[in-house]
Amino acid sequence: MTTWYEYVQKDATHLEWPYPIRYGIENAITADVLVIGGGVAGCHAAINAVKRGAKVVIIDKGPVRRSGCSGAGVDHWHAACTNPCSTVTPEALLAEYEKDNSDFYGELGNGITTYITAKEGYDALLDVEKMGVPVRDWKDEFIGAEFRDDKTKYMFAYDYEGRHIIRIAGGGNIKPAMYKEVKRLGVAIYDFVMATSLLTEGGKQGGRVIGATGLNLRTGEFYIFTAKATILSAGGGGGLWTFSTELKGSFTEPNQTGDGTAMAWLAGAECTMQDGGRGSPGGLGYFPHSAGNAHNSWYACNIVDANGKEVPWIDRKDGRVLKTLSERYRLSAGEFFIFSGGPPTTRREPSLILDLPERIANGEYQLPLYADLPGMPPHERRAIYGLQVGNEGCTRYGIYDVFTKAGFNPDIDMPQAPVMPADQYLYIPWWMGMAVRHWKSASGGVVFDWDMKSNLAGLYVAGVQGGGGDHSTSATTGRYAGRKAADYARTAGTPVAAEKQVAAEKARVYAPVQQNSGIGWKELKAGLCKIMQDYCGEYKSERTLKMGLDWLKSIGESEGASVYARNPHELARSLECLTHITLGEMVFNAALNRLADKVPAVNKTLRLEKGKIKSSEQSFRWWLKPPYASTYAENFAKHSGLK
Amino acid sequence: MYNKAYMVPNPIMPNENVTFNAELCNGCNTCVDSCRSGVLVPNPEKGRPPIVLYPDECWFCGCCVGDCPVPGANKLNHPLNQRMGWKRKDTGKHYRIGMKNPPPPDNRPPVG
Repeated sequence: MTTWYEYVQKDATHLEWPYPIRYGIENAITADVLVIGGGVAGCHAAINAVKRGAKVVIIDKGPVRRSGCSGAGVDHWHAACTNPCSTVTPEALLAEYEKDNSDFYGELGNGITTYITAKEGYDALLDVEKMGVPVRDWKDEFIGAEFRDDKTKYMFAYDYEGRHIIRIAGGGNIKPAMYKEVKRLGVAIYDFVMATSLLTEGGKQGGRVIGATGLNLRTGEFYIFTAKATILSAGGGGGLWTFSTELKGSFTEPNQTGDGTAMAWLAGAECTMQDGGRGSPGGLGYFPHSAGNAHNSWYACNIVDANGKEVPWIDRKDGRVLKTLSERYRLSAGEFFIFSGGPPTTRREPSLILDLPERIANGEYQLPLYADLPGMPPHERRAIYGLQVGNEGCTRYGIYDVFTKAGFNPDIDMPQAPVMPADQYLYIPWWMGMAVRHWKSASGGVVFDWDMKSNLAGLYVAGVQGGGGDHSTSATTGRYAGRKAADYARTAGTPVAAEKQVAAEKARVYAPVQQNSGIGWKELKAGLCKIMQDYCGEYKSERTLKMGLDWLKSIGESEGASVYARNPHELARSLECLTHITLGEMVFNAALNRLADKVPAVNKTLRLEKGKIKSSEQSFRWWLKPPYASTYAENFAKHSGLK
Repeated sequence: MYNKAYMVPNPIMPNENVTFNAELCNGCNTCVDSCRSGVLVPNPEKGRPPIVLYPDECWFCGCCVGDCPVPGANKLNHPLNQRMGWKRKDTGKHYRIGMKNPPPPDNRPPVG
């Protein structure tokens, strides 16, 4: 019997919670460096902080061995510009992103994180290889493939001339490999412990960050972590606008509910770009990479229609139809691939014909479309399905194993693309489904500098927390922040938790289990999402944004104040809802702050000071202006902490 | 067939995200400790498969199956509203996960 109701049906037995209940029991733990969030960024941070001589503690809502976006794998590594085969220098990559005064770096974050990724990312990848992840084609399975370098055995994705995006053989087990290293180095690991607040010197907002409080998701016990330096690597914030456990089909990792950003905000950290998210399909799609498509891990796959008619690929610069597969992996002369993560218009690499929607609508191409894997050359086919889908997070087991065990054979079978209104085929990837315009996705985070440090002393950020969204950026900023936090901790004063701050937080944390009845966390979450959808969706005005803020405050006072948790798991979920209220307030205020301006969101910041919201404006590409040097190379040399 | 019925909430959707083969599973609970969402909890009876408590929170990452030391002891099942199909190129026939009489499995491991 593997369900609780089988026990009920058998003899009316209802099972007790399987872990000891320890509400209110305190654990006091000290460290030089506390890492909040044990995903890719957090693990690289912990490893590098330890190597720098710090005593390190890492905490995670899940098991560090499998937590985070890459818990179940990773298939390619972006912007590894210093790898021996790359023809793209870090400087050239930045220049390409910054062409025409653009400051959109896609999922690589901002200029700082993009340069760090490009400059140091390959070194982080070498670390990963030493931890036991194969990465290269050591088995010589792909000899003769265009994407393979025979000397180094590296395999490349997207751009076979730029050679700066590396395919990761065995990436499916990258997290267990990193976890082994984290353990080997003696980092103290606290799995299933959620950080609930940041502790500050004297309990003051804006004071030095000296650690965090935590809650155990299994036992409900309380933790007081005091640390000389804290690295926030708790990932992004999902589920702010949409929530459904019945509609799946999204990459948003469920533990990433924005707790890190909310905690930092309440501690007085400066934050930015909260209102910048794109439209979200909110789960109306299919599981990532399960449906036929030609993007991301499936890039360059042949696409055919219901009658087997092939959809052409075009060069983005001159629009000419490409005659060969090989041309899809080579950009126009003088150009190289950059990872944009943005709308189709920001991409430079070859794509399917841009008028595909019109030609579906007029019947020239008939749905459904299919990913024609059998039509691809064997090496390319195996690279897409066996290497990439076979190692990517959420696809290694969830797609590769499930589909192949169910009889799917990439040599003879073509995955179907979802049937959608014709205009949706312009937006990629197709498995995501249709974006609903007023359902946004969370964005933004804590403002940081060239030390990956926030405005609060002792608080560093890494990974998605620092604005990026990609594996390589998370790994590299983690590596970098780990060094910086450890260096700071070497001379920082001993932290002492403020009793009043701890007591207030403890009372807040346990409120949901003090109730006897009340709204459950799921209904509360859905209700909060509705406020975000209606009042912070596509239509924005001062009036409606303020109404949204009022509604959030009202929910906080009533339903939020009476949310009822029946066990430690529900308690954690209830606290995530309370985080949601804080994040919602941040988003509304960020939107109000820039409603009247034409200044892009990246330049406006907000922070709490003595409970009041203060706004600031940063100049365009402030990271290359005083007090910083004017070039990326100089800033990296000065701040990276590398010899 | 039961001649009794109990008050239980509606079946959760999705209902069977992970299923266990009780003959093969030895209750080691490795999968319980692999799950980032707390979907699985230990069975009060030692040696028996874990209890699937929160199937609604499953992310379908499959680490529970990937980390299981006994092949076949557990299985990941996509929700019915996520079962995208495929077409066999030469015959034009369509297949999907969960169909009756599926094609034989392809046991090729992924790269690495």
